[in-house]
Amino acid sequence: MKSRQLGWDALGIAVFVVMVFPVFWMISTAFKPNDLIVSLTPTWIPLHPTLDHFTDAIHRPYFWADVKNSLIIVCVTVALSIALAFLAAIALARFGFAGRKLFVVLVIGIQMLPQAGLIIPLYVVLARYHQVNTLTGVIVTYMTFVLPFSVWTLRGFLLGIPKELEEAAMVDGSTRVGVFVKILLPLMGPGLVATSVFAFITTWNEYIFARILLNDQSKQTVTVWLSYFYSTNRHTDWGALMAASTLTAVPVVVFFLLVQRRIAFGLTSGAVRG
Amino acid sequence: MIAPVVVTIALILGYPLYFLVRLSLQQYGLFELIRHQGVGVGLANYRSVLHDQIFWHTLVRTIVFTAANVALTMVLGLLIALLLVQVSRPVRVLLSSGLVLVWSMPVVVAVQVWYWMTNFENGVVNYVLTQLHLGSFEQHDWYASTFSQLSMVTLLIVWGALPFVAITLYAGLAQVPPDLLEAASVDGAGAWMKFRDITLPILRPILLILTSLSIIWDFGVFTQPYLLIGQSKVTPGNFLMSIYLFEEGYFKSDYGRGAAISLLMLAIVGVLSIVYVRRMVRIGVET
Repeated sequence: MKSRQLGWDALGIAVFVVMVFPVFWMISTAFKPNDLIVSLTPTWIPLHPTLDHFTDAIHRPYFWADVKNSLIIVCVTVALSIALAFLAAIALARFGFAGRKLFVVLVIGIQMLPQAGLIIPLYVVLARYHQVNTLTGVIVTYMTFVLPFSVWTLRGFLLGIPKELEEAAMVDGSTRVGVFVKILLPLMGPGLVATSVFAFITTWNEYIFARILLNDQSKQTVTVWLSYFYSTNRHTDWGALMAASTLTAVPVVVFFLLVQRRIAFGLTSGAVRG
Repeated sequence: MIAPVVVTIALILGYPLYFLVRLSLQQYGLFELIRHQGVGVGLANYRSVLHDQIFWHTLVRTIVFTAANVALTMVLGLLIALLLVQVSRPVRVLLSSGLVLVWSMPVVVAVQVWYWMTNFENGVVNYVLTQLHLGSFEQHDWYASTFSQLSMVTLLIVWGALPFVAITLYAGLAQVPPDLLEAASVDGAGAWMKFRDITLPILRPILLILTSLSIIWDFGVFTQPYLLIGQSKVTPGNFLMSIYLFEEGYFKSDYGRGAAISLLMLAIVGVLSIVYVRRMVRIGVET
């Protein structure tokens, strides 16, 4: 029995090593001096780690500009989407209204559309209103996929709150707004945080829309900046590329670890573009 | 307060969809883009796509690709979930933290790391495979053939999708009542029988949703193949549907034709995951 448990544990550790290896290798390479990186026999852990690749990466053209763009786009998209989605989720979870089924079909349907397909009408519409190559255009675009999953996830969280609480407050003379502020908002706190952070991550990681809609390098986002990294020079500077990759991943990893537990429920109850 | 919000969202989501349908019925290229006015051509775009040999080849390739990805993701995901139940607590914490770490990696970052690991000159994958005496992989180019390219993309996608599937299924396994498994053991049921007759039926709804989601995502996947194979190396010979759509619609600036392709893709995905869609709509209409 004991040896059997050891067998399972060994297998578990083996799976862990295989899964995590790419992440480990990225970080390890980022800290390695160049001669160790190009050597034919790899060094697993650099004994004399260097920060050169990180300084190199952040001093590349447009890094800071693109980080700023990413942050602006992410913050505005998330704030707008969550505010709108929360109200819509209340409507879905609590009230019947005309066209409700159509609304649900719309929320689910748009998530099934391939992203490369969604970009075409958006590109044409944005071109018509001269919003190509502007951050506003990208924000509106991102809302088309952040909104549906936010509505869906928040709706799931709302259904977990018993209706009786609100009804009791109404009987006691609270107004609808009072119920919203005093009961729904505090109870929904964790759900709102989790959904926002998930929206943050999706938006921060997004690539194709930003790549197509933003032409100026000074207006692009971090993921696009990263994707141009090796195509700009013929001999790939792996150290700098891995340092840049690590920097791009850090904010997401931190946020993800914060909310992962809460969001797992929302993911299964709804559809999230991954 | 609520009504305007619902209308706003319906507009943000519905307008692009409406426009997509309209575009698909129009001749809409660069000239029309500048003029802001398309020319109605009826179903000509659809006809042209359906008569394109590349469309059919790409469709078959994408279906095979999707089937391989989804099957690998679901089987390995389920195995990891079952493994999470078996291991001791410290290993479980270690493994699930590792999974969450992988889950949070941005796709573009993962592509760069993959590219570096499978690099033919000094990639670590070639080194490890050679050291394990699995053959001589020195200077082996993993991007030399279509099959090899798409296999690399599959590995990348499955690696990225496993954490979500495994963790969700592990959460689902918590719903399996231990007494039931114990009772079955007392009655002399083996591990496989218990899995088939107790665990699997309880996991069925979750498996169904996860499979449908995987189909939707893998059928329409764009970033991983486009970046990993490389913009300059994507050709009609290794197209997946989304890349075909992108090259035809956006790159050649034939937006009307692109719109037709994406609606055809939507229809195919809809058919492939009809169970999921119906279930979601039913859930969504409940209060």
